[in-house]
Amino acid sequence: MADREAGKPLISAEGLTIHRGSQTVIDKISLSVSAGEIVTLVGPNGAGKSTLIRALLRLIDCDSGTIEREPDVTIGYVPQQLEIDPTMPINVRRFLRLGALAPEDDMKRALDEVGVAKVIDTPMQGLSGGETRRVLLARALLRDPDLLVLDEPTAGVDFGGQAELYELIRAIRDRRQCGILLVSHNLHLVMAATDRVLCLNHHICCEGQPDAVTRNPAYLELFGSEAAASAMAVYTHHHDHDHDLSGAPVDQEDHHDHEHSHG
Amino acid sequence: MDEFFLMALAAGIGVSLVAGPLGCFVVWRRMSYFGATLSHSALLGVALGLLLGINPMLGVVATCVVIAATVFSMERDPRFATDTILGILAHGLLALGLVAIAFLDNVRVDLMGYLFGDILVVSSEDLIWIYGGGAACLLMLALMWRGLLSMSVHEELARVEGVPVSAMRLVFMLMIAFVIAIAMKIVGIMLIVSMLIIPPATARRFARTPEQMAILAVLVGALSVLGGLAASSTIDTPAGPSIVVVAMALFFATAMPGAARRQV
Repeated sequence: MADREAGKPLISAEGLTIHRGSQTVIDKISLSVSAGEIVTLVGPNGAGKSTLIRALLRLIDCDSGTIEREPDVTIGYVPQQLEIDPTMPINVRRFLRLGALAPEDDMKRALDEVGVAKVIDTPMQGLSGGETRRVLLARALLRDPDLLVLDEPTAGVDFGGQAELYELIRAIRDRRQCGILLVSHNLHLVMAATDRVLCLNHHICCEGQPDAVTRNPAYLELFGSEAAASAMAVYTHHHDHDHDLSGAPVDQEDHHDHEHSHG
Repeated sequence: MDEFFLMALAAGIGVSLVAGPLGCFVVWRRMSYFGATLSHSALLGVALGLLLGINPMLGVVATCVVIAATVFSMERDPRFATDTILGILAHGLLALGLVAIAFLDNVRVDLMGYLFGDILVVSSEDLIWIYGGGAACLLMLALMWRGLLSMSVHEELARVEGVPVSAMRLVFMLMIAFVIAIAMKIVGIMLIVSMLIIPPATARRFARTPEQMAILAVLVGALSVLGGLAASSTIDTPAGPSIVVVAMALFFATAMPGAARRQV
């Protein structure tokens, strides 16, 4: 990770527009992510969140607008889905080495950091949903990224595990001071682990700090009753136990299934 | 053991060396129908080669490349499912190849040889093609291995991490076209895909890494060639189909419940 000028965004987009057929999927969107900042895109299904992410990653072309990236920015990407064909014999170690040719110790450290130290020899197809997300995150971290781009980092993870993952993401930011851009449709959980929220429905409906956005009329209109509930109390995550994010889980299957109380 | 047999064995093993690792990617990327479509177009390539007076193998490679490009561009059309497009091309092109060959009435074409292989007439020129081109292919594959593996696991993730996905896909396609061209003599157009699919499928049960699977696929392929040729020379069965039958027998022998339990 290179040293950067403070305050200069790692990536910024200006007036991005993407059409699909006659539809405008992304409509004049501008956003930026700086080092040490967590920016979250929320929005209903089909709002263009993944399209926007893929445009920022230059996986798809934009019809208009500009994307500027700091020249030497390393991006760690966690895609929404990972389906490895069962005919490919590949364990976690080999999977991690596809992203970066890291030494064994670094791989173990990265897995440890995301809380799945024990799975290094497990076949990828044998991981649970939560473990897969964490291994993907470890692969991204092994690239020592300046910017982490996480598309639905909690896809396929149960509720308790989701809260834990968001906490992990926040811890990664605190430790590494990288910029994080994440996509979520889970309103309550993500609010506690983000600095800035962009509420997306093809265009940006509103943006700002989590507690301000949840009271914004545009946000309330977009999310309806679900938003009304979370507007009353921005979700905060209480523990009724201690868990060690860097430590080995007690049980490979159940380590993200334990109880949380929600305030 | 006569010279024909040794030449045939050398050719078959040469093809297995390339088809094993490449076939693994065909299996992982679920491209077997795509491979079948390309190989079915090979007869058209042969006709083209004979018509232009060039080596039929070059005609095959050129035709495969054009067909692959056609498939890639048609895949984006939402009106047709990919397997429909592949089905149309596979059968349509084979028919077109048969029609084209019929037009070449001043050239004597061994149609059965092209369709089902004629490994016992392998020439030393063929061996140069197989081993020269095969070595280049394997070198290229070794250089591309990690990137190709990464994009077979998750293409977009590979692209974000800097893998030149489009270029690799193009080279991969060229390599498949090459394998089809060299395997044509061995097992014939109709059976080429079996050389790409069956050995990796057999190897999968015993492999714990992608590399192990590739190496085992080479061994299984070579064993199939040896067994098929041995059957051909002792009980006088057609060589190409015998190789495929042995490959299939190896697959089912190791796929039986008893064999499956032995795997880790």
